[in-house]
Amino acid sequence: MSPTILLLLALGLGLAGWLAARARAWTLRRESADGRLSSLPTYHAWYVALWIVLPLLAFVALWSAIAPGLISQAVLSSPAAADLPAFGFQRQTILNEARAVATGAAPAVFNPQARDLVEPFRDALSYYNTIGIVVTLLIAFLAGTWAFLRLKPDFAARTRVERIVMAILLAASLVAILTTIGILASLIFETVRFFGMVSPIDFLFGTHWGPDPMANPDNPDASRYGAIPLFWGTLFIGAIIAMIVAIPLGLMSAIYLTQYANPRVRSWVKPALEILAGVPTVVYGYFAALTIAPAIRDLAIDLGASNPSSESALAAGLVMGVMIIPFVSSMADDSIAAVPQSMRDGSLAMGATTNETIRRVLVPAALPGIVAGVMLAISRAIGETMIVVMAASTAANLSGNPLESMTTVTVQIVAMLTGEGSFDHPATLSAFALGFVLFMVTLGLNFVALRVVKRYREAYE
Amino acid sequence: MTVVHENLEATDAKMSARDVSVFYGDKKAIDEVSIEIPTKYVTAFIGPSGCGKSTFLRTLNRMNDTIPSARVEGEITLDGEDIYRSKMDVVQLRARVGMVFQKPNPFPKSIYENIAYGPKIHGLAEGKDELDAIVERSLKRAGLWEEVKDRLQDSGTALSGGQQQRLCIARAIAVDPEVILMDEPCSALDPIATAKIEELIAELNGRYAIVIVTHSMQQAARVSQRTAFFHLGKMVEYGRTSDIFTNPLEQRTQDYITGRYG
Repeated sequence: MSPTILLLLALGLGLAGWLAARARAWTLRRESADGRLSSLPTYHAWYVALWIVLPLLAFVALWSAIAPGLISQAVLSSPAAADLPAFGFQRQTILNEARAVATGAAPAVFNPQARDLVEPFRDALSYYNTIGIVVTLLIAFLAGTWAFLRLKPDFAARTRVERIVMAILLAASLVAILTTIGILASLIFETVRFFGMVSPIDFLFGTHWGPDPMANPDNPDASRYGAIPLFWGTLFIGAIIAMIVAIPLGLMSAIYLTQYANPRVRSWVKPALEILAGVPTVVYGYFAALTIAPAIRDLAIDLGASNPSSESALAAGLVMGVMIIPFVSSMADDSIAAVPQSMRDGSLAMGATTNETIRRVLVPAALPGIVAGVMLAISRAIGETMIVVMAASTAANLSGNPLESMTTVTVQIVAMLTGEGSFDHPATLSAFALGFVLFMVTLGLNFVALRVVKRYREAYE
Repeated sequence: MTVVHENLEATDAKMSARDVSVFYGDKKAIDEVSIEIPTKYVTAFIGPSGCGKSTFLRTLNRMNDTIPSARVEGEITLDGEDIYRSKMDVVQLRARVGMVFQKPNPFPKSIYENIAYGPKIHGLAEGKDELDAIVERSLKRAGLWEEVKDRLQDSGTALSGGQQQRLCIARAIAVDPEVILMDEPCSALDPIATAKIEELIAELNGRYAIVIVTHSMQQAARVSQRTAFFHLGKMVEYGRTSDIFTNPLEQRTQDYITGRYG
């Protein structure tokens, strides 16, 4: 069943139900003793229409999840599938090829084994499609009829519709949450596979990083999977260098904007800062790789370095810091603005200057919010990929010198997944373990930051 | 035009305002007010909401400067010096003319730090001992010492409303001002806390020139010796508190104090 036809079918049936229910409601209204219904006819109409469309869509979603499995099962049990290779990967390739031809997505097959499977595939497809359509229609019809039969003069269709709408909204908000859980589950699954090959101790505490995608996957050299240099590079670039740039600049611009700037300046500068937040990170990446990194290399030569790297941690960190400024600034701006005016008045009335008021009263009072903003900024910085992919190197390096090249967790995830390695190889799987660590760290930072913000908000209400 | 009672004995004026008008943008909030604030007395500003009494109070330590659209005309002097002259140091002025606000607004710091704030920024204390002495003296004068002496490091915001307001008064006293302006200091407090603040005002009377804005006529009658009645941005009548309440010369004052409006 193509999605378009399904959609039209759902809409058509829904509309039919809507019209029928409305007509029925009008009739009920005419026949009722006092010429009134407990709900308007349109609510009866919506009630029936929703009862047709929603079960239909729910079944279609369910069916499209289980049908491919049923079809494969049917094909595999056909005589033509008897001599398929047992190895999962090749077997899947052949099946995919046969399916592509059967559905008309590909003109012809290359693999002779697949050719024999096209016919069983076609049969299975049409068989299960027919079942799917019949059951779909049946469900829509039954649900619609059931809803239709409930229509009575005193039927509270209005409150029923309200409840259904609420359920739809709840389902919509669950999508994002379920997706997150799904992502986490797949991360955990692959991470566990990785830790089956390389021990977590070696991974979390080893100091040498250099996975070899060509090495024998069955016997990985665990000493090459020490992620400490990556964690250090991530921290050094994202949480140290970037924050040294972003915290002072962001805080100062927030103070200027909330306390000193007149409304006209503010109306210019604030949107300009927000544009900075909207620049695609790839563009920052160019800037870091093509402008800042060479400049820093030249600087390093002037400072007497003999053979400086062209990809320094400093370049990536500086540009990332600039990228983060709007985050810090807008969080600090919000929390300074949330300090009651009476605090400011109180301080000024003591004879404090604006500057003293800011330093001694406003910033301390806004500190929880500012700290939370910085934590959110850090979590964003350590999860940032494009800038470091373009400006930092892939060489893992455990060093405190910002002029040296370093690599980060995100860079290595990209490097490990974009190679030619197979998905069974520990080098590839290490990307999931790295992603899992990153996920947990940013999750923790966000969680703590939101808690801090929440407590702080309560303090002034 | 303002009616000033003639039976006022001559006192030395701590502050005086001559023909002061305040504008918010084009709107005139205060219209040519002239008044002398005596050194030794508590002066009360009364009047219905929006009559401009708080606005006028805020001109006395230039707190209106923080509102960009506000503009002040006329002359206000402190010990004979014009406080709106261009050379005037606003920071110094506010140290000499302290202020207590409608809602208690202690800083989110410890009780000790709240009091020490002013002395620190103005450099009034040399060393920790002197600062401790100032904090203790200020809290004693504000009648709060006995209640908080064992928990000076607790947050000022953890005190009750009435204690917070006395903390704010102590904070204002700590920089040894000459005038204390109080903008409806009891409007957010319960009757018991209000009574304590009123007692405190009576004790502070004489040491500082005090100006209090209040909605409560009973409060004005209880704590002040001079009363000015404001209405629609004008000062209608000014005289001894006892005279204003028992023998007002203006019909509008009479109407207000008998509760006919406001």
